[in-house]
Amino acid sequence: MSRLSSDSGIGDRIRGEWVHGSLYSDADIFAEELEKIWYRTWVYVGHESEVPRADDFVMKSIGPQPVIMTRDREGRLHLLQNRCPHRGNQVCTQARGNARTFTCPFHKWTFANDGKLTAVAFADGYDGQDMSGLGLAPVPRIASYRGFVFGSFAVDGPPLAEHLGGAAETLDRLCLASPEGEIEVTAGFLQHRVKANWKFVLENETDGYHPAFVHASIFSVAESGIGGLYASKSAAVGRDYGNGHTEMDLRPEFRRLDQPMRWFGTTSDKLPDYLAKMQAAYGVERAREIMVDGTPHVMIFPNLFIAEIQMFVLQARAVDDTVQHVTALQFKGAPDLNRRMRQQTMGSVGPAGFLLADDSAMYERTQRGVQSRDPEWLFLGRGEKRERLDEDGYRIGHVTDEVPSRGIWQHYKALMEAV
Amino acid sequence: MLATRNDDTLLRRVEAFIYREARLQDEHRYADWEALWTDDAIYWIPANGDDIDPENEMSIVYDNRSRIGLRVRQLLTGKRFTQEPKSSIRHFVTNVEIFGHDTDEVAAGCNVMVFESSLRGETLWAARTDYLLRADGDDLKMARKKVALVNNDKPLYTLSFLI
Repeated sequence: MSRLSSDSGIGDRIRGEWVHGSLYSDADIFAEELEKIWYRTWVYVGHESEVPRADDFVMKSIGPQPVIMTRDREGRLHLLQNRCPHRGNQVCTQARGNARTFTCPFHKWTFANDGKLTAVAFADGYDGQDMSGLGLAPVPRIASYRGFVFGSFAVDGPPLAEHLGGAAETLDRLCLASPEGEIEVTAGFLQHRVKANWKFVLENETDGYHPAFVHASIFSVAESGIGGLYASKSAAVGRDYGNGHTEMDLRPEFRRLDQPMRWFGTTSDKLPDYLAKMQAAYGVERAREIMVDGTPHVMIFPNLFIAEIQMFVLQARAVDDTVQHVTALQFKGAPDLNRRMRQQTMGSVGPAGFLLADDSAMYERTQRGVQSRDPEWLFLGRGEKRERLDEDGYRIGHVTDEVPSRGIWQHYKALMEAV
Repeated sequence: MLATRNDDTLLRRVEAFIYREARLQDEHRYADWEALWTDDAIYWIPANGDDIDPENEMSIVYDNRSRIGLRVRQLLTGKRFTQEPKSSIRHFVTNVEIFGHDTDEVAAGCNVMVFESSLRGETLWAARTDYLLRADGDDLKMARKKVALVNNDKPLYTLSFLI
């Protein structure tokens, strides 16, 4: 592949299975991504269970922008920008809490938790002026699916259901692992920062080629069954749902092994309470199927990653500054399972995690490596000659193939070339 | 036995232990460091504050003795890539104080700063560290160690050396 001239557009930088390194390292490209991806498409913000009661709020983000997710007195959810419309001061500095109003400390303007301006100090100075539009600006669109709340800074665009497409089924599948059909986000987040572009993180989440090597150290000392899932003989598949959503579908491998709770590295007799509740909720046969299949490993573009037992929220902050917010998934009605989910999550992810600390080393090494000159291209062609369509028409390949990466880049190109 | 009429002697003993632990960490002497722990040890690095409930909320590290062993064995594989090459680190320990003791155990605390140089660059870490140390013959061992990073409520770079 040839070198690029400095004025090359996005189209010149994504050529089939070849991707140009500048897409990870060029600050101008990042600025364009903010406008065309992070501030346009649906971005995952938070989960309804993080604001369970009226007047609860939690600080979240969309890309570099802080966003306050609130539940008002009537129980409605809002995504508000943390910016006083008077002089731009940040009105909220708490990570979470319960408040009917937010008061800007600068000049005492006060806002209800639905964003409306309710009081200003020394109000006579505004006599005769229309103050009605001076609330905390809402993120223009908000929608949720199975408790997952998404926001979009674009006033118009496809509805959330259309954006999620076939990937919505993975969230349904996740909720099935709860005897009450709901997940909860209640364990708090670790915030793991890496000096790397967000797309290295995004692609790695459904890269089934690396675990056997990057995670060899922990696989060799822990009694972990994960390694075999990503071996060349594995029956698991990678899937491209379109719209940038990708999955590593481990069910074929778990069905071959046919052991309930194998996906969690245990057996159902170790979780008697959970087993009983699942059987009561779904019937013995269906409960067994669910417990054999396990929970999904899916990357909802651009920032929600469900990794079987935990949830990561990707936050792009700058071209080489990305934060993964990560927590243990908690299944409603499954306290014995949830305790183990928290313990396993703390061991494997976050800044000191047995798995993620090694992933972070790879993100940061690639971020430095990709800035070398000539050849400047990445080759993402693994498994191109053996990919196929599944019964639903989605592109799949062997779990170690780069079907997911190619799917991500195809969608990325469409978003970045849109006017 | 920790019984002593001379608090200064006990403080010196505790300081010597903490300095030695810091040196073993600086020199990546993983197995020697692991030997400093009691069988019922807890190694805790909280997130999002210093007083969270680690049984219910995420911590950066919340290791029992078995998981401390796993952490060390992973480092010893030579394939723990985040530490290959190893970070070059130095711990600086100050403000060592004893908060109480009985015949077997002593509660102590200190402030710690760690300068880390790694492939990513240079990173400065600062923490309040609290120990519960237990007499083991003439030695002390760590029954509990809590490392409260001052910025544990913010996004943190990878922390894969021993702190």
